[in-house]
Amino acid sequence: MQALSPLKLLSRFGAAFMEVAQDVGGMAVLLYKVIRCFFPPKLDGMETWRNLYKVGVKSAPIVVVTAMLTGAIMVIQSGALVAQFDAFGLLGWGAGFATLREVGPIMIGLMFSGRVGANNTAELGTMKVTDQIDALRALAIDPITYLLVPRFIAIVLMMFLLTIVGDLTALVGGAYTGQVLLGVSPSLFASSVIEYIKLEDLFNGLFKAFTFGVAIAVVSSHYGMTTSGGAVGVGRSVNNSVVASAVLIFVLDYFITSILH
Amino acid sequence: MTKHTQAYVAALSPTQRRIAQVGVLFVPIVTQVTDILRVGSLAFYYAFKKPIRWREVVQQSFFIGNRSLAFVMIVLGFLGMILIFQSGFQAKRIVGDLQGMGALYLQLLFREFAPTVTALMLATRVGTGIAAEIGSMVVTEQVDALRMNNAEPIQYLVVPRLLASIVMTFVLSCVALCVAFATGMFVANTVFEVNVATFYNTSLLEWGDLIIFSLKALAYGITIPIIASQAGLSAFGGSEGVGTATTMAVVNASLAVTILDFVLSGVGYIFFFS
Repeated sequence: MQALSPLKLLSRFGAAFMEVAQDVGGMAVLLYKVIRCFFPPKLDGMETWRNLYKVGVKSAPIVVVTAMLTGAIMVIQSGALVAQFDAFGLLGWGAGFATLREVGPIMIGLMFSGRVGANNTAELGTMKVTDQIDALRALAIDPITYLLVPRFIAIVLMMFLLTIVGDLTALVGGAYTGQVLLGVSPSLFASSVIEYIKLEDLFNGLFKAFTFGVAIAVVSSHYGMTTSGGAVGVGRSVNNSVVASAVLIFVLDYFITSILH
Repeated sequence: MTKHTQAYVAALSPTQRRIAQVGVLFVPIVTQVTDILRVGSLAFYYAFKKPIRWREVVQQSFFIGNRSLAFVMIVLGFLGMILIFQSGFQAKRIVGDLQGMGALYLQLLFREFAPTVTALMLATRVGTGIAAEIGSMVVTEQVDALRMNNAEPIQYLVVPRLLASIVMTFVLSCVALCVAFATGMFVANTVFEVNVATFYNTSLLEWGDLIIFSLKALAYGITIPIIASQAGLSAFGGSEGVGTATTMAVVNASLAVTILDFVLSGVGYIFFFS
């Protein structure tokens, strides 16, 4: 690479800034357009139904596997500490608290953004580069109500529901690992969870899951709808979409955590 | 289902058909795993064989390392702040003493969060990148052109990415560790008023932590490019195929990272920390 003059560096910085600003603005406009379609509700019933199946049922196995492993990893990591202080009654609290409040929504969100967000971007991107979205417009079908609103509903709702399922399987995985690795009986694990974990912890995690769902839906739809340039373009926008979703998940998580305390 | 399998299924008895319905769920898993193992073993075979395109290795290192640096730093920075926020409030409520927090946090970063979260981020950033690149080469028949010119695609495309990823995953994990520790220290200092010198406490670190950290970084660095390349090489059919391949890459790579994390954490616990 050749050396950069200060002016060139400044213009490169400005271009990157403009690009980010364009994406953020595009997402905000998209979110506004989607929300406006709910008052009064305008959406395609069959398409919503199909998307709910595709997003929810098809991602359930991967979410269950990830959540179970996450719960197990949390128990392994807190295991050394618990064994050191001989505080086996606190294992359920430590692993459960971390999973329900923080690691569960993050891991399920990342998995969901990979499975569903990437798929959504790829699908919309393919439709865009093969001019199918223009074809919809030519037939006087609004792409927002026909394509985006059903996907939005499916992603947000299913992320929320799958987090509930994932939390439960994570606790089961954690209890089983605790028994195998540390000899903590599942009933002790369960009583520790019931005693120390409040409903508030679960709701905190579920609120995060809802926010991540909105973020994944908006980001993946935006990058899908702005795809250009054939097969290479589809690959590039999927890449951008998952990267932006991951950043947004962590940034939102930080702000939710710091505001709710 | 092809015509042949349809005829085969129609000839089965009801019990056999029920068994087949269960088995058919595992067919895609088995085919994908065997294909990943095939690409992986071929990549290792060619990695120890000349010629290796060192110039391409450097270029891929730039793409994998430098281009992901900002992304990894942002994510791990926020992760560090989140972790200290959560654990700080809990520790204050239950233990009441935050002096040991830094040492524990450093240990947890080494064992778990720095390598694993970096790898998850690389699985999304680099995994989709590799799959999209190789996938578009496959659907535009550039990979067939390579084969026609007697260049083995795995040697030509996968090996440089594999070598670059092994080095860069380790380097980025180290950077991630420093960034997450620094932001955690910042939050501990500003929110919980823990002294910087108290927070920086390496007394709990053992050699086992460092070994687990390196093992995890190495395992993730090997797995991610191989899985992503396999997804890219199995792409077919235009832009839709590229989209499917990238989705497959990120899902398979993240899942592999989670499974490896589980296995290596368990191994580490049994060998070093129990």
